[in-house]
Amino acid sequence: MSNNWEMVIGLEVHAQLKTSSKLFSSSPNQFGSEPNENVNFIDSGMPGMLPVMNFGCIEMAIKTGYALNFKINKYSVFERKNYFYPDLPQGYQISQFEFPILSEGYINIDSVDNQKKIRIERAHLEQDAGKSIHDIDPKYSFIDLNRVGTPLLEIVSYPDLSSADEVINYMSSLRQLLMYIDVCDGNMQEGSLRADVNLSVRKKGQELGTRCEIKNLNSFKFIKQAIEYEFQRQINIIDGGGEIEQNTMLFDTSTGETRAMRSKEFSHDYRYFPDPDLLPVNLSQEQIDKIKPLVGELPQDKLNKYVHNYSLDKEIAKIIIAEKQNANLFEKMISETTVKPKFIAAWLVGDIFAFIKENNLEVNNLNDKTKDITDLLRLISDDVISNKAGKEILPKVLNGEGKPSELVKELGLEQVSDSVELEKIIDDALVGEEENILKFQGGSDRVLGYFVGKCLKATKGKGNPKLINKILLERLKK
Amino acid sequence: MKNSISQIKKALIEKKISVGELYDEYLAKAKSGNNNSFNLVIDKENNISSINYSQNRYDNGNPLPLDGIPLGIKDLFCTKGIRTTASSKILSNFIPNYESFVTQQLLNDGSIFIGKNNCDEFAMGSSNETSYFGPVINPWKSKNSQKDNLVPGGSSGGSAAAVAEGSCVASMGTDTGGSIRQPASLCGIVGLKPTFGSCSRWGIVAFASSLDQAGPLTNCVEDAAYILNSINKHDFNDSTCSNHQREDYLIDINNSLENKIKIGIPSDYLEDVSEDILNQIDNTKKALSKHGIEFVDVEFKTTEYALSTYYILAPAEASSNLARYDGVRYGVREDGESLDDIYLNSRTKGFGDEVTRRILIGAYVLSAGYYDAYYRQAQKVRRLIKNDFQRILNEVDFILTPTTPNEAFKIGDKLDPISMYKNDIYTVPTSLAGLPGISIPSGLSKNGLPLGVQFIGNYFKEKTLLQLAALAEKELSFNE
Repeated sequence: MSNNWEMVIGLEVHAQLKTSSKLFSSSPNQFGSEPNENVNFIDSGMPGMLPVMNFGCIEMAIKTGYALNFKINKYSVFERKNYFYPDLPQGYQISQFEFPILSEGYINIDSVDNQKKIRIERAHLEQDAGKSIHDIDPKYSFIDLNRVGTPLLEIVSYPDLSSADEVINYMSSLRQLLMYIDVCDGNMQEGSLRADVNLSVRKKGQELGTRCEIKNLNSFKFIKQAIEYEFQRQINIIDGGGEIEQNTMLFDTSTGETRAMRSKEFSHDYRYFPDPDLLPVNLSQEQIDKIKPLVGELPQDKLNKYVHNYSLDKEIAKIIIAEKQNANLFEKMISETTVKPKFIAAWLVGDIFAFIKENNLEVNNLNDKTKDITDLLRLISDDVISNKAGKEILPKVLNGEGKPSELVKELGLEQVSDSVELEKIIDDALVGEEENILKFQGGSDRVLGYFVGKCLKATKGKGNPKLINKILLERLKK
Repeated sequence: MKNSISQIKKALIEKKISVGELYDEYLAKAKSGNNNSFNLVIDKENNISSINYSQNRYDNGNPLPLDGIPLGIKDLFCTKGIRTTASSKILSNFIPNYESFVTQQLLNDGSIFIGKNNCDEFAMGSSNETSYFGPVINPWKSKNSQKDNLVPGGSSGGSAAAVAEGSCVASMGTDTGGSIRQPASLCGIVGLKPTFGSCSRWGIVAFASSLDQAGPLTNCVEDAAYILNSINKHDFNDSTCSNHQREDYLIDINNSLENKIKIGIPSDYLEDVSEDILNQIDNTKKALSKHGIEFVDVEFKTTEYALSTYYILAPAEASSNLARYDGVRYGVREDGESLDDIYLNSRTKGFGDEVTRRILIGAYVLSAGYYDAYYRQAQKVRRLIKNDFQRILNEVDFILTPTTPNEAFKIGDKLDPISMYKNDIYTVPTSLAGLPGISIPSGLSKNGLPLGVQFIGNYFKEKTLLQLAALAEKELSFNE
């Protein structure tokens, strides 16, 4: 029974930094180029080539330090992690080991009933490796060195996570934060964000078990599947009287299973030592302070602002802050109109997001339409047109088919808000309805709905429902 | 007397010789030489445009600082389009598509490369016997046995022999633990190792990154200043290259030193040394005392630890620096059944014994469980050695030591690595401290073989170091 068992999980997240060039060379740092296009003499490990640190990576690490509540270390050291692999041209990866740039951070994530603090042990800068491709030719492997030297920030959590859902929450919070501070594009499919999951199991209240590390997971779905499979695998072994071996595991995405890649006894001795080609990183307090204003508003700050200053429902606010581009769009609209933020928010997460989804658009595609959108929302909130008419016009506005006011005229959707005209229509509608009038006066509210419907129908749907309601009540109470 | 750079330039300016004739003269020597000092010589036609441009500049009366000067380049500097092997089988087919920073400066100043000098494999050795292309022979013979072939020292043995035999005017070497100074001493020429961080390491096949430094091997101190002026520049592509203000090393080279100079002689260096070696120090002391220079005894506290420290740190860095030679992207690949076999075969067959030994030592001292006892401890001792030098350089302006503990020995004589390593006992401490050192010829041994003394200065004090060396050179001249 897995009921008595709990899982203990720590995560190593690798985030590719969004710099224009690599960590130690001037080659472009970009995804999707032709194989071996973004490779220079340094990346390919030619004799006598030397690394030169890209300070942009340090700045991004500092930003991350602020966003994830880290201690930002003034002194950090790049070391060499030595191992042989064809996609590692230098024969070593330059990484930080004994002295990382960031230590002891945390973030809060949503957990079962409340927020949970996940402690982060460290984050360090390192080079990514290239890619080996084994499925092009039956005899040879192919090497693409484009990714060699891409800057990575490896973020290592404490084993504070205790379910697949928590891991997903943690990972998506990290992703959200890194995207907010503009250090990582968060594209998991392209490998910009990947996780190694360290998982062990124990009976509740007992000591930590032996852990296995599942390498290189690059989607939330796989992370969840891998954790659930591995959890059950370890329980089955222990229940069967076996012991967990400390292994490095691979997750097979086609079978949904984890399998051992190498055991601890075959683990590498990486022979770390400080890279003599590079000087230690020595940061001044001024250099660190200078980065702080670049961090900008974080999701939590926005959430508080939306709920307290803009009176948004928390759930709606959360949908908007989920991605920075949503929040940007929302705030742009607020700055351009006097329509109430709460009203804008409701339309944004409703019809506008639905439109984006249906048409496979990006939120950013609407950045130049915000004035038209808010003009439309203005018409709706001022009762110039009905909600229903608004929904009809919105797609046309988003498709750029015209200005809201013109579209309203063109389609004849302007509401009848002229009370003289409405009074006449209402009076006509009440002719021959003596029985129902008596029912209403006898206390039957349902009859009011019937009358409103009848009047609206008479206006071909263009009558202002609020106004009709008001006049009807006056008439009926007579 | 071999011609100095300034004499050659004078002859070129006065049209006593053309750049082409000069090249022919040295090329003939390089080709006919039987000391194996070059891994590759460059035929005139392959340098013809450089030669013509150079001659034009002389004809137009605006020659560059090293215009037309035929130089040898240790086969550790990557030279664009010219095979660069580090005297190793594994790079025996490697032609770089880039020019090292240092050699680029020499080209910019008009010099012409006559070839790539033989050296110990990956600069690991003190006798130039570890080269894949065979040992270099010292042009000097013992007066007692003219037929014995002697080592030129190493690792820049081909550079030293080439300058000594007259097949290039000067040669660029590299020094990690004595690889410029020791062969210069054994071949009777001048060898300068600048302060670590003076000259860019970019494009030099790396041996031990925290110690490697480029420097010239020349016929005279003034030539060393000529070369240093060219190569001593800041380079953004080498993070360990200092960005301090460089001086003109040539302009005051023959002026007397401005202040009163005090030189320390480490008494601990002179215990158990031969009479030949003691004579070098005594001669130098006598010669310079005439110029009012004061000599005092000083004593290091760390000398006995220097060699072991060096032979932990240098192999540790080398084991990692040489990991890139795996047969995958360039160099010689030996095929195998699996990836591991390709690595194993390429590296086993591609590296010689000394290189393999140092890779193994390096991997060992960095491995889990041994790191603290060896690598970390050695780093601490290195710090103490630096401090020891600083303590003494607070008391004196320069330090005078022998360059080597012995004269050139016979090829094949020192089979035991430890006795070979001891050849660098006077040069290794300076390298660990990162200080500049220059070896100049100081006299002949009883067997008629050249010996040198080493002057050590403070960080980036190459200018006064060269002035002192130039003064000593005048007094000690022993030219045949």
